[in-house]
Amino acid sequence: MKILVCVSNVPDTTTRIKLSGDQSAVDLAGVQWIINPWDELALTRALELKEASGGKIEKITVISVGEKTAEPTMRKALAIGADDAIRVDATPGDAFAVAHEISQAVKDESYDIILCGIESSDYNGSAMGGMLSEFLSLPSVSSVSKLDIEGDQVKVNREISGGYEVVEPEMPFVAIVQKGIAKEPRIPSMRGIMMARKKPLKVVESCGAEALTAFTAYQPPQAKAACKMIDADNVAELVDLLHNEAKII
Amino acid sequence: MIYTENVDGKFKKQTFEIASYGADIARQYGGEAVALSIGNVAGDELKLLAQYGITKVLNVNNDALANLENQTYAAIVAKAAQDEGAEVVVFSGSNTAKAVAPRVSVKLKAGMVFAATGLPVSLDPFTISKKVFHGKAFAKVIISSQIKVISLAQNSFGVHENPVEIAVQDYEPQIDMAVKTKVSQVEKASGKVLLNDAEIIVSGGRGLKGSENWAPLEELADILGAATACSRPVSDEGWRPHSEHVGQTGKIVAPNLYFALGISGAIQHLAGVSSSKVIVAVNTDIDAPVFQAADYGIVGDVQKILPQLNKAFRKFKSEN
Repeated sequence: MKILVCVSNVPDTTTRIKLSGDQSAVDLAGVQWIINPWDELALTRALELKEASGGKIEKITVISVGEKTAEPTMRKALAIGADDAIRVDATPGDAFAVAHEISQAVKDESYDIILCGIESSDYNGSAMGGMLSEFLSLPSVSSVSKLDIEGDQVKVNREISGGYEVVEPEMPFVAIVQKGIAKEPRIPSMRGIMMARKKPLKVVESCGAEALTAFTAYQPPQAKAACKMIDADNVAELVDLLHNEAKII
Repeated sequence: MIYTENVDGKFKKQTFEIASYGADIARQYGGEAVALSIGNVAGDELKLLAQYGITKVLNVNNDALANLENQTYAAIVAKAAQDEGAEVVVFSGSNTAKAVAPRVSVKLKAGMVFAATGLPVSLDPFTISKKVFHGKAFAKVIISSQIKVISLAQNSFGVHENPVEIAVQDYEPQIDMAVKTKVSQVEKASGKVLLNDAEIIVSGGRGLKGSENWAPLEELADILGAATACSRPVSDEGWRPHSEHVGQTGKIVAPNLYFALGISGAIQHLAGVSSSKVIVAVNTDIDAPVFQAADYGIVGDVQKILPQLNKAFRKFKSEN
């Protein structure tokens, strides 16, 4: 069995977002790049499954669409434990283009499970995994918060309003995963980092996929009015303000 | 065309919100707002959409579609959009929208924007706003394809009444309805206010010091008819379930009123709650970042303040 994990290279989630002078772009100078948190959890779960599989899961591949600058993030994925990596050499235009590129890059390979994070922490598109499954004509399950393999059957929990459904997908399939899928992301060990240098990172050519959307202008969020402080001995005032001033209760 | 999702045969507020939104976009195009419903929804429920400017509903009711099957649902939405000559396909911001809309986008070769924050600012080129970096910035996005797929961020447009005449039509697309993702079990809590539907959310952080101290917080939620939530360290510690984690990597919420109790307000947490209309923060540290994001604040130990809040809100509720 083979698992593919799609990873996106994103600014660290604690980054303060600065805009370029004309507000046409986000200023990414000096930004720390990381594996998109949901993709990182997906990779962690894939590694746990492989370790518990007794050799049944033979390989975990990570794939990313990006320029050479994305390679340190891919090396980190290898250091955590992925077996090999594929970088599609293209500027990631939008989710549509990224999904198209990945579908072309993997069309001759047979992965049994493809894992994608439910969104990326930069443009919050929530689209790539679903689009990839459609490009590949594969079934997909989204909002997956648990994934287990029992014999030859995969069982996943799909979050629904107020609970979850247990879904048994036919393989191969695409799982679009969210929080809960794995507890803590792994930190690469020194040995992992050394080994990652020797693991294969294949660069494949872009298929020239076109983006259908483009970000044109940015704005910082509106500044919030100062917080009104209420004395800890007089919480009734809060109730009064919420009722008469904010008119929210 | 608007995909009007239902829960157990009923439409929720978000559905009426996107119906109002879709009707407004249709007006801008000089066109018609058509809804598509999949599942067992009664005729009277479907007709409620007339209140929000929907002039036609395509009703797909087939036992094979009892559970969400992303591939099939997307094929139906795409087919209906083509049959109707839809230029814009509107979804909510729900989990179902995340599962289905991207597939529809590929089928229709339509550019997609998830969680738009309002009406298009221009139709030519089609330009719409959304939050990026979880609210740390807003961006304008141009969609260059002929058909557009839009999902609307919850509570960003509101429900607007605009009564019209409505026609309900049964719709039976000829597509493959094979079930490839079989649902074998459903676990659903009943009687609890759900995070995504909640008008008020009461959220606890590390300041509560342990799972055993959650009773007064649950009491406050009970008094206000609110949902309970928590910060990331709390769910990581296992004090509360992951499904309650609100923040950048958990749930993004947009209630009318959000209580951050004993939450310092890490940037990732604030990113998940910044769309709330009013934020109330209680924290021991006056320099905690949560007070930058809050509208009302109390400096103090949440374990001491919570019982006082419960008393004050209980008194208010009994008088109003």
